[in-house]
Amino acid sequence: MKTYYNPDDLKKFGSITNLQKSMGDKFFSYYGEVFKEGALTAREKSLIALAVAHAIQCPYCIDAYTTDTMEKGCDEEQMMEAVHVAAAIRGGASLVHSTQMINKIKEISM
Amino acid sequence: MKSLKAQLHPISEPSFGLDLLEQSFPDDSNSSFKERLSQIGLFPLRPVSIEILQINLGKMCNQVCKHCHVDAGPDRKEIMVRKTMEYCLEVIKTHSIKTIDLTGGAPEMNPDFRWFVESIRSINPDATIIVRCNLTIILANPKYYDLPEFFEENRVEVVSSLPYFTALKTDSQRGDGVFDKSIRALQLLNKQGYGVQGSGLILNLVYNPSGAFLPGGQEGLELEFKKKLKEKFQIQFNSLFAITNIPISRFLEYLIRSDNYESYMEKLIENFNPSAAQGVMCRNTISVGWDGYLYDCDFNQMLELKVDSPSSQHISDWNHEKLFQREIVIKNHCFGCTAGAGSSCGGTTA
Repeated sequence: MKTYYNPDDLKKFGSITNLQKSMGDKFFSYYGEVFKEGALTAREKSLIALAVAHAIQCPYCIDAYTTDTMEKGCDEEQMMEAVHVAAAIRGGASLVHSTQMINKIKEISM
Repeated sequence: MKSLKAQLHPISEPSFGLDLLEQSFPDDSNSSFKERLSQIGLFPLRPVSIEILQINLGKMCNQVCKHCHVDAGPDRKEIMVRKTMEYCLEVIKTHSIKTIDLTGGAPEMNPDFRWFVESIRSINPDATIIVRCNLTIILANPKYYDLPEFFEENRVEVVSSLPYFTALKTDSQRGDGVFDKSIRALQLLNKQGYGVQGSGLILNLVYNPSGAFLPGGQEGLELEFKKKLKEKFQIQFNSLFAITNIPISRFLEYLIRSDNYESYMEKLIENFNPSAAQGVMCRNTISVGWDGYLYDCDFNQMLELKVDSPSSQHISDWNHEKLFQREIVIKNHCFGCTAGAGSSCGGTTA
């Protein structure tokens, strides 16, 4: 059965440089640099990535960073809390827009 | 839970795993371990020294861990006898072995365990003696309650498995209730001075992943373990060794049953690290089986791949020169020791 997302395609990620080498190489170099130990630990960065993966609903990223956070010693509770952070921000983003709705209600109401 | 051997499971036959790994990655293919070593000029793989004697005192254990490469458990009766230990003592005495690493099963369950440790200490006061203690054995029976004291008296280093600092993950790998008992045992070891700064009594922990993934950075894991164990249970330890699960025995059975075999092997191969290959433990270690036969490592021992030194394959026939000149027996399971930061009984190697 054909689907838009195929888990095996994640392994082909590196080959995107075949169509645009210079930009692709720069992206992967930047990507590698971002995830190195820094002011944030690699473990903290991996949990952030897991949360963002859920926020942007990227199946490849969810697979990759579920494995990566587990490899970095995170447990299910910590991982789920990271997803709740994503959910809270996404939910909060919807809800905070209600202030615009409220403003408009006031604007057009007697 | 019974051992694979007691279940008459096909994976309990070493040939099952060896054949599967060979079929998946034939020797002449680009992805075989032999080929990868050849590409970096390391084939044939040879020792750089023989400093460590890792001795398996038997396959009997009070636990039945799901990932155990020994397929150890209460139903395993293979145990090293005193005569074989005497041969080991002769080798330790004659060939200046620096480290004696006692493993099992639960090595403490061997009835001659204490005699053996005391004998090693008396013939070599400076040797590093390591016991791979599963922790729960200390609480398993009153006859083991004084093990921390015995370890201290003989200046034995303790290396203990603790897959995680929570009960859920630990028990899922090592059995129900193992986490709570392990914590109590660690507290007893701490009380004896083990893992306490300045005591000189070494307590190291082993982390290995509870599933089909590789261990992350050892340093980061160690910091996390130290923080959590201290905060929650006031436990101290010296170092954490991050160890990769090798695709043999019970872990192989898990990989096949959970449909993770191919992806796990791909991961090991993708992460082949030449620096880790340089530092593999078989280059300075000889592993002694419960029956006295010699192997390049504990994994080869479980796969019944004896050392390639035909006239010196048993501890009673130890020929240091020939063992030093031997070619180390490698197969595709060896990818487990060369992935990422590498893996050995002492943690990462790269």
